[in-house]
Amino acid sequence: MEDTAQTDNPTPATAEASAEAAPTISVIGAHPEITPDGDSDRLKITLGEFEGPLDLLLYLIRQEQVNIYDIPIARITDEYLHYLNLMQELDLTVAGDFLVMAAQLIELKSRMLLPRDPLAEAEEVLDPRADLVNRLLEHEKFKAASQMLWSRATVEQAVFTRAEIETDSNNPEVAVGLFDLLRVFQEILARHKEEVMMEIEREEVTMAEMIERLRNMVRSAGELNLVAFFERAGSRRGLVVAFLSVLELVRMSEISLVQRETFGEIIARATNPA
Amino acid sequence: MSKAAKAMDVEEPLQPDDGAIEGHREIGDTELKAIAEALIFVADEPISSKLIADVLKLEREAVETAISDLAREYEARNGGLQLREIAGGWQIATRPEHHEQIRAYLKSRPSAKLSLASLETLAVIAYKQPVTVPEILEIRGVQSPSAIKTLLDKRLIVAKGRKETVGRPMMYGTSKDFLIQFGLKDLSELPSIEDFQDLAGGEA
Repeated sequence: MEDTAQTDNPTPATAEASAEAAPTISVIGAHPEITPDGDSDRLKITLGEFEGPLDLLLYLIRQEQVNIYDIPIARITDEYLHYLNLMQELDLTVAGDFLVMAAQLIELKSRMLLPRDPLAEAEEVLDPRADLVNRLLEHEKFKAASQMLWSRATVEQAVFTRAEIETDSNNPEVAVGLFDLLRVFQEILARHKEEVMMEIEREEVTMAEMIERLRNMVRSAGELNLVAFFERAGSRRGLVVAFLSVLELVRMSEISLVQRETFGEIIARATNPA
Repeated sequence: MSKAAKAMDVEEPLQPDDGAIEGHREIGDTELKAIAEALIFVADEPISSKLIADVLKLEREAVETAISDLAREYEARNGGLQLREIAGGWQIATRPEHHEQIRAYLKSRPSAKLSLASLETLAVIAYKQPVTVPEILEIRGVQSPSAIKTLLDKRLIVAKGRKETVGRPMMYGTSKDFLIQFGLKDLSELPSIEDFQDLAGGEA
């Protein structure tokens, strides 16, 4: 696994880095170029993926093939400013971070031009570029680290674990809404419509009787499948009374309605089992 | 209905054993290996040897020995599954080399990856944690507010309190999900940041 992560590196930057001479460094996908766009007189510009000023600097250093420990500041600063001008000419908003780096480069350039203080001790004469070089190297290390993470994630995405096992905790019963109830009711009504209606005598079930019947059925069994309950209601009128009695018992919180899956069967349960 | 029936099926053969576990019945090496394997298979997340030991009321060392035996068996068999240590626990998973066939069956594609900016930000946080936003800016050279938000949304990083300095900025570190998604046992398994020196600057 370790091996795969190392060799399965799809970005060309690393490969280039190892192939090139050691002092130059690589940066991911940065090759800005201006090319004619088809037959029209427009120009198409392709900019590199510069995440920020450090990326741009690294790119320029690499392009100029210079040693990162001995950056020709004047030349690189000119290149850098040239690039910023290009961005501005193209009406690209140049982020503040790029301008800050430009200012730092110009300051560095002027400090490089100053003669060394002859009175200063030898140890005190630090290369003014040291800070910048350290930042660039640090930045480059993290770019390499992010490539490593990228390849690790790619390998990980090729590894699968088993599908979820159904347990009570990951399959909570869905609370039923009024519309679910109406839908079930309508299904049963529709089913009844299809049957040949042969009502011989008008049966009269009152609301109170139906509520009592539902209450007893739920109490005795603990829970009751509403489809079965509605089916037993018989006539169309009986169904309406049955439906209303369900609503009534829910309103009085004597029963609660649960549904184990979307569009599944609706179950009535006694809320306080007697 | 069917769930209740399933539960009954499972419970029945277990019943005579239940009392025995209470009474610290001796579990043989082979059986311990089998039970550990079953628990690792059933666990939703990588499961630690300590948790397995707690469930079985056994010494952690015994469980660890069983698991390393088991891991060797998996390795030797060279089958479709691997038993691996990840994010401080053990997990049974497929091998990456079979991903094409598995994806064909699952009809899945590799999901969207992190952007370059998010990945870089994540790398800085992984190596420098706990780290504040200004410190990340110093290394990356660019602001990364959206990257931080993306990483928080994906639960790859978590807030780790505030730094006792000017403005008390929030500090960030990587999460357990980070270890899982990048296939790491723990943070020490990350290659040392100094190892990237060669890539970066050549001879130092």
